Amino acid sequence: MTATIITITSGKGGVGKTTATANIGAALASMGRRVVCIDADIGLRNLDVVMGLENRIVYDLVDIVEGRAKLRQAMIKDKRIPELYLIPAAQTRDKTAVSPGDMIRLGDELRDEFDYVLIDSPAGIERGFRNAIAPADVVLIVTNPEVSSVRDADRIIGLIEAESKGPGKLIVNRIKPEMVKRGDMLDTVDILDVLAIDLIGVVPEDEGVVVASNQGNPVSQNKDSRAGRAFHNIARRLEGEDVPFETLEAGDGFFGKLSRLMRPGGQA
Amino acid sequence: MNESLAIKGVRDSLVLTVPPTADGPLLELVLTTIDGRSAFFKGGKVAIDLGAREISAAELGRLRDRLSEREVHLFAVLSTAEASQAAAANLGLDRDLDRVTQAEEVTAPAIDTRLPGENAILVERTLRSGNQVQHAGHVIVLGDVNPGAEVVAGGNVVVWGRLRGVVHAGAGGDEKAVVCALDLAPTQLRIAGHVALSPEREGTVHPEKAFVQDDQIVAEAWSAAG
Repeated sequence: MTATIITITSGKGGVGKTTATANIGAALASMGRRVVCIDADIGLRNLDVVMGLENRIVYDLVDIVEGRAKLRQAMIKDKRIPELYLIPAAQTRDKTAVSPGDMIRLGDELRDEFDYVLIDSPAGIERGFRNAIAPADVVLIVTNPEVSSVRDADRIIGLIEAESKGPGKLIVNRIKPEMVKRGDMLDTVDILDVLAIDLIGVVPEDEGVVVASNQGNPVSQNKDSRAGRAFHNIARRLEGEDVPFETLEAGDGFFGKLSRLMRPGGQA
Repeated sequence: MNESLAIKGVRDSLVLTVPPTADGPLLELVLTTIDGRSAFFKGGKVAIDLGAREISAAELGRLRDRLSEREVHLFAVLSTAEASQAAAANLGLDRDLDRVTQAEEVTAPAIDTRLPGENAILVERTLRSGNQVQHAGHVIVLGDVNPGAEVVAGGNVVVWGRLRGVVHAGAGGDEKAVVCALDLAPTQLRIAGHVALSPEREGTVHPEKAFVQDDQIVAEAWSAAG
């Protein structure tokens, strides 16, 4: 097997990168794929918490890079979902502890043993971001349907295009269809109008995400959760399946516009 | 006896004038003038105005050779004396400066309908937040300018797309610079030293041109006559 290395980034903080990484990872693993998630947010680690694996951390990413631990020792195997692994970040160091070269070497080491390597990027455009995208084959950009998040996503797309990792695919996270209908929230169409990249997922706002996060249970395991289903669909699309976007509201306006957008090439 | 001759520039040549009061060999007079300013004369065309003075073909020939040695090209001799004119004709030198003008008139070029343009750069992509384009001339963007992107031009700015970022035309102080866009909605628009914010969008999107009028920036719907 040769892994696809996917980095999930956003620019803006708090838009749902870690949630997306954990959930897409869990969904891919539950579909039978061998997946390792890497937390690249050194100093502010969260992926371990969201995946419910924080109590089992012995070694971390910086220990691997600095030679104190082997890959096998640092990787934590999820006990609930087979074939799902986590390499946690260090909490007592910062992003300067790792270099883009280190991340590329790590990616190469993992390529032969996994189907997917998901890298949870930190917010920002500095060293942490550059570390996270260095080994990426595919970049997923997470944005919320609000202006400052879209502005930052645009900046990020520009940066990854400049690094020849572009253009990336978009996940619109935390959308509230009732607010969109009232005209109080940006529509996915409006976002694609500015960002002009392919859409890979639209995830609705869902209280279940908070609950699941607190419990350390990825919500994509919950078939009743709309957010969970949306993350699961992203995993299916990554696998090459042509999954139509769920109508998040009764009217045909939203879906009609979306289906127009999903022409080949996905250009708005 | 070291007086220099008067030097006058006529079109692309130099005319040395021998005053009537000058005596002594012509060769000496000319060479004194030239040698005093050799860098000035080198590679140049020289005509000598002898006035009424007479000169033989032999003397003229020696003068021409001496001048050639100094990389000065003697091409004409002006004189009222017949003997001097004959000597010049013998050596194939012009006897007046007007022949040059006549040659130019014969070969006047046809009317040129080609138009020169002005220096501009073309950016054929959408500018994302954080992208910047700067140019001393005009800037043309084939694509959108997203919020957070910047275009700074010494000349005009033309955006064949949606202009939603920051734009500065006439950045060097040219108040006649303009900003044109298919959708003019910049976060901030600057022309020379003037700044304007976009008003609320009214009605449909249409191409517009922004320019300075009566000391402020105005935007009008695009028309070619404008």
